[in-house]
Amino acid sequence: MAYKVLMLGWELYPFNSGGLGEACLGLANALSKKGIDLTFVLPRKVDITVDGFRVVFADVDEDILKTLGAYTTSPLWSHIINRDELPPDFVRAAFKYAEKMKKLVKKQKADIIHTHDWMTYPSGVMAKSYLKKPMVAHVHSTEYDRTGGYYPNPYVYKIEKEGLLSSDRVLPVGGFMKEILVKNYGVDEQKIRVVYNGINEDFGKRLPPALTKFKELGFKIVLFLGRITLQKGPEYFVRAAKLVSAYNPKTLFVVAGSGDMDGYMMSEAARLGVMDKFLFTGFLRGNERNQIFQSADIFVMPSVSEPFGIVALEAAISGTPVLVSKQSGVAEVMKNILKADFWDIEEMANKILAVLKFDALPQDLKWESGKEVRNFSWSRAADEVINVYDQLI
Amino acid sequence: MPSVCLYFQVHQPLRIKRFRVFDVGWDPEYFNDRSDTNLNNKKVLGKVAGKSYLPTNNLFLNLLKKYPELKLSFSFSGILLEQLEKDFPQVLDSFKKLVDTDRVEILSETYHHSLAFFYSKSEFEKQVDLHRAKVKEIFGVKPRVFRNTELAYNNELATWADSKGYQAILAEGWDSFLGWRSPNFVYRPKNTNKIKILLKNYKLSDDIAFRFSDKSWRSWPLTADKFAHWVSAINGNGHVVNLFMDYETFGEHQWEAHGIFNFLSSLPREILKHPDNDFATVSEVVQKYPAMDEVDVPSIVTWADTERDLSAWVGNAIQTSAISFLYSLEDRILKVGDAKLIDKWRKLQTSDHFYYMCTKWFSDGDVHKYFNPYESPYDAFISFMNAANDLKLRLEKKSKGRIRKFDLRYA
Repeated sequence: MAYKVLMLGWELYPFNSGGLGEACLGLANALSKKGIDLTFVLPRKVDITVDGFRVVFADVDEDILKTLGAYTTSPLWSHIINRDELPPDFVRAAFKYAEKMKKLVKKQKADIIHTHDWMTYPSGVMAKSYLKKPMVAHVHSTEYDRTGGYYPNPYVYKIEKEGLLSSDRVLPVGGFMKEILVKNYGVDEQKIRVVYNGINEDFGKRLPPALTKFKELGFKIVLFLGRITLQKGPEYFVRAAKLVSAYNPKTLFVVAGSGDMDGYMMSEAARLGVMDKFLFTGFLRGNERNQIFQSADIFVMPSVSEPFGIVALEAAISGTPVLVSKQSGVAEVMKNILKADFWDIEEMANKILAVLKFDALPQDLKWESGKEVRNFSWSRAADEVINVYDQLI
Repeated sequence: MPSVCLYFQVHQPLRIKRFRVFDVGWDPEYFNDRSDTNLNNKKVLGKVAGKSYLPTNNLFLNLLKKYPELKLSFSFSGILLEQLEKDFPQVLDSFKKLVDTDRVEILSETYHHSLAFFYSKSEFEKQVDLHRAKVKEIFGVKPRVFRNTELAYNNELATWADSKGYQAILAEGWDSFLGWRSPNFVYRPKNTNKIKILLKNYKLSDDIAFRFSDKSWRSWPLTADKFAHWVSAINGNGHVVNLFMDYETFGEHQWEAHGIFNFLSSLPREILKHPDNDFATVSEVVQKYPAMDEVDVPSIVTWADTERDLSAWVGNAIQTSAISFLYSLEDRILKVGDAKLIDKWRKLQTSDHFYYMCTKWFSDGDVHKYFNPYESPYDAFISFMNAANDLKLRLEKKSKGRIRKFDLRYA
């Protein structure tokens, strides 16, 4: 039967700051292809066109949303809180979203409410109480992951906990995160279903690679791609880079992304004397992103705590060998990638150097992970989500 | 008829410890892991000896006393014998007791459990000689039957074994070359004069080795009585039933709790219930039965997987690059002639190192087929290549040393 789903999001690709917007679009697309009647709510108006489902806007005030993006981390949070005792902008925006939802929801009919991360939980709880329908909380990250467990923002934590406990089902994107939900948020294990993220097949389309000049000069490229925040472990990347360049001086470390730790990352690279081996590109999207993947000899994701890590799948589908931290959801499910503990800098460097030195290793990694990653379709994730809907309706 | 020929392979590799690029040039030991993981060779061998070798040897010793008709054949890798001598002499003694009954035959193989035959014939022959010497030293016997690592076999290997005077050679009784013919006869390999070939009856062997504890198998549970009936059914239709398997089948792959030792202790009695059945060692089979036909095996056949080829060892890029890197060192390492380096180089040739790099079943997550002490095939490759590069570095240092001495002498 065609369920009516009211899906509450914060951002949607290409108007996104990270993996959340991509995951939401991927899932919404796949669900609508399977006959789900889906309405996707965004907090503010963007000029977006999508296929197969409706997008509506809650018109939350522009000024509140003029911030970095969907996520920020503890240094920024504490900074804001220290400055004034008021709840930070994000928290205000989340409640504003919920207020707007009160009006919006009156025009909606839905069998199920599906929320994505804490900014949408207040709105979700609002919609649930008004529509008297079950609510699903999709968890792409928690305040614990984002802060690496250090000083989680108490407001955000409270909203998260409230939202998760009010939900009828909680869908974390990995087993590692499931543990956090049970341990740190007291979510009933019976309510939890792990739904691993998917990947869009067309991501891997071949484009002329970037940085060809460096490659022609015989440089190897080691790529960090993601928000430069505590959660993503940028300092471990820099320290591993120091070890790698000692053994393989013709290596270029490309950092594609932005975040509140980019200054720190640069000064750390300078302090260790490897700044000349680094290239900071800023945030990349679309084709630029594909191209940088395709020119990299290895993609490294040293996250301290990564609920899933969809970017690792993007690297794999682009034909780039992948090294991820064991503290990530993707490490639980992908077999043909390299893994190391985020704190084990030597092991990370050992593996990076092996990929750069022994040609057969990237060859097999590319081939096997390229095959394996095709099992991670959004269609499979959508089937699992529909399964959850079936249980609730 | 038929004669039941039981042959057991006894081997445990020397697994390479986690060897990082930072260890290259600093750490000359590759096989001395002392962690709590399965890379700790002493730990693994101790476990296998306790669960499998000791209780099975004990059982067979009693059975040999009880049933004068019972005969057994064993093949030990030199790598295993070396480990037993060093760390578990009492286990070696229990094997010696079996051999001392004179009803246990020992086969010939490569000392290092390697695939050298397919990469360097001269290296292969050296390893066979080293193995013969070790077997003579420990058990006081000279093997007359050859089996190659992983039962890897082709015509060329049979021709070699024939030229060395072996009476027989072992191989998988695989349908691809047997066609309609049965593995339950003795054959003559193509292009040979005297040697005969014994073929593994993989159906009956695998019933014990792989399916014994499989509850979804329609013949589960397997009893000695049932198995003996299958063997007896071959009467009039074959001369020999070759049951070839890893010795770890007993107690390690198939558990005592699932009844493998009870099965084994009843097996001789049940087999001998039929008056036409008996037991024979590999060379007794050769003496007893004529070759019925010629078998032609131009390409390599092994006892592994459904493919029965070498793809589990040299099927992907990391495996083939690792093995060719290793054999590319041969000329120089033998020329430099440092015994310790040569020993390490040979220990890196053990087939298991390459098996651990197999990506074939990795994605399917088939843990049963894929017993691996490393976290992934890629980790196995990285440790191997770092160790092999350490060896190469030491070799370079040594050979430079030689040149310097040489130069001084003629200066």
